[in-house]
Amino acid sequence: MEKKSIWKKITGSREASLVIVLVLLCILVTIKNPAFLTVQNFMEILKNNAVIMIMALGMLCVLLTGGIDISITSTLALAGMTVGMLYKYNVIESTLLGFVIAIAIGTLCGLIIGLIIAKGKVIPIIATMGFMYIYRGLAYLVAQDQWAGADALGRFKDFALESYLGFGVLNNVIVITILCYIVFFILMKWTKFGRNIYAVGSNEEAAQISGINVSNVKIAVYTIMGALAGLCGALATSIYASAQPNMQTSKEMDVIAACVIGGVSMKGGRGSVICALLGALVLSVIGKALPLVGIDAIAQNTIKGVIIIVVIVLNVLTQRMMDKANLAKREI
Amino acid sequence: MKKKLLGLLLTAAMAATLLAGCGGGDTPASGSSTGAKTYALVTKSAGNPFNEKEAEGFKQAVEAMGGTPVIQHPEAATADAQITVIQSLISQKVDSICIAANDENALQAALEEAKAAGIKICSVDSTVNTASRQVHVNQAGVNEIGQCLVDAVYDLTGGEGQWAIVSATSQAANQNAWIESMKEIIASDSKYANLELVEVAYGDDEPQKSTDVTQALLTNYPDLKVICAPTTVGIAAAAKVLQDQGSSVKLTGLGLPSEMAEYIGDDDAHSCPYMFLWNPIDLGRLGAYTSIALVNGDATGAAGEKFTAGDMGEYEIVTAGDGGTEIILGAPFKFDPSNIEEWKSVY
Repeated sequence: MEKKSIWKKITGSREASLVIVLVLLCILVTIKNPAFLTVQNFMEILKNNAVIMIMALGMLCVLLTGGIDISITSTLALAGMTVGMLYKYNVIESTLLGFVIAIAIGTLCGLIIGLIIAKGKVIPIIATMGFMYIYRGLAYLVAQDQWAGADALGRFKDFALESYLGFGVLNNVIVITILCYIVFFILMKWTKFGRNIYAVGSNEEAAQISGINVSNVKIAVYTIMGALAGLCGALATSIYASAQPNMQTSKEMDVIAACVIGGVSMKGGRGSVICALLGALVLSVIGKALPLVGIDAIAQNTIKGVIIIVVIVLNVLTQRMMDKANLAKREI
Repeated sequence: MKKKLLGLLLTAAMAATLLAGCGGGDTPASGSSTGAKTYALVTKSAGNPFNEKEAEGFKQAVEAMGGTPVIQHPEAATADAQITVIQSLISQKVDSICIAANDENALQAALEEAKAAGIKICSVDSTVNTASRQVHVNQAGVNEIGQCLVDAVYDLTGGEGQWAIVSATSQAANQNAWIESMKEIIASDSKYANLELVEVAYGDDEPQKSTDVTQALLTNYPDLKVICAPTTVGIAAAAKVLQDQGSSVKLTGLGLPSEMAEYIGDDDAHSCPYMFLWNPIDLGRLGAYTSIALVNGDATGAAGEKFTAGDMGEYEIVTAGDGGTEIILGAPFKFDPSNIEEWKSVY
């Protein structure tokens, strides 16, 4: 009896089908190229996609309220470029300070967006489109037609190479990613604030009537998104040992795609941290696998698109099958 | 009703033209008939140190010759953004446009429109098709670069073994021309018979994707000896991957000294023994002198013509590989441990 109910619990969840799809994807790639299935390879995947994975958490919150934020990579570039220039001109040296400054810039950027959307009642896609240009433009202004390369970044780039946060086993970047996921898992599942986000996205009016300050929740989600984008600006600068004003341009689509693949509803109210994680992992695995399995470079983008569509369709189908099976069991 | 609508549209169109004429910010709108001539440079995109140095050289040369430089950086590295810039330059009535093209063919309509307005057109760095330009200012001949890179690969592999290329996008005209030239050079000389090009990977000039493809090369080809990356973003990303992993694979290609300083060295701790690039300041200056020669009538862009490029000396216009004409700046410049410290602060 006990066993059955656990099985039911697993198959009943929205995320289970995606896990199956993800495992299938990994098996297929491994058959084509056994080198895929190594610990080092998965560490590389996590590190090279940390930025997308972390920003997917913020995007989850934004999407849950029924909003969207397409300015995130501009915020990332502004924060990353600013920190890069500070190191380049030896204004700061401490790695921690770099992160603090980047997060502070991101938070401020997000707060402004949140205020415009919540208090100014501007449609999120329009507001964030405006800020996409503003923040990207500011990043260019900060850069003054320069890049901050490996030589200019000094000790800061070593952060992404070392693993002192992971007790010498896990890379620092991966530790930060995992920490973010733990914090957000708790935040979304077991706190009042997390439930408020869901409430606003499910039914804004009902949330308002039941005493939730809707505009504050909205300001908060865009601020959180900004803070994460700022963090990722510092991370990307450290991982790639290079800050460029056009950093991660158009990667916001990957972040949104990660959430959507994971099953987060773009209408708001539906989705979880696990959804964001699985969606981001699917995209990361595809990105890593395509060059490994020897698909012609010119065809890679097409294949990537096809895989994304197949994953989404498979996910919907497996979920439907599970729902049906569970329903059938209930009838018996 | 129809008339009213037409009037409204016309008014709107007039207002738009006026606005477009005022656009461009820092540029003095000068007619071609009076005073100093205006020479425009359109770079690939804003915020790239290479483009900035190119613009600096262009500006210096134009000012030295008593002209007015107009430097325009499109907001994105796309043909669309450049078309917008070209159209605003046409309405500003500049005398010449020197452009580093983001797409070989997509700019043709806009540039032909400029040509019809009496504006002299040359391309610099990355070319436009022959119908769109009078002459191309080439940083280094395609074959000179191909030869340089092949020799570097030959040297670093020790004359035999596997090597791979990490390029930018699969549509980048200059990248493809260099890669094609490298393949031809290798096929044409038995000296290179033992070099095996295993793959041309595309990193799309994104650090993230370039990292993925470089790691995939290392995984897929355990016997790989050398990676050649003829693109600034790709070479920096590949250098970082190789150096961080302590890989024995060596790197060469075309890169920016300031970005690559950390990775250039002869010992095992550095991934790139040496690499090449041209001097973007000189490239910008030659672009300026070519524009001036075209406007003055000293040159028309026909093969065989010679003109004096200020203090850079005399240059000859030659037939280019695509059937048009070009001016070649010179052989690429080699950056190695002996000069990288000096150059990393330049660009």
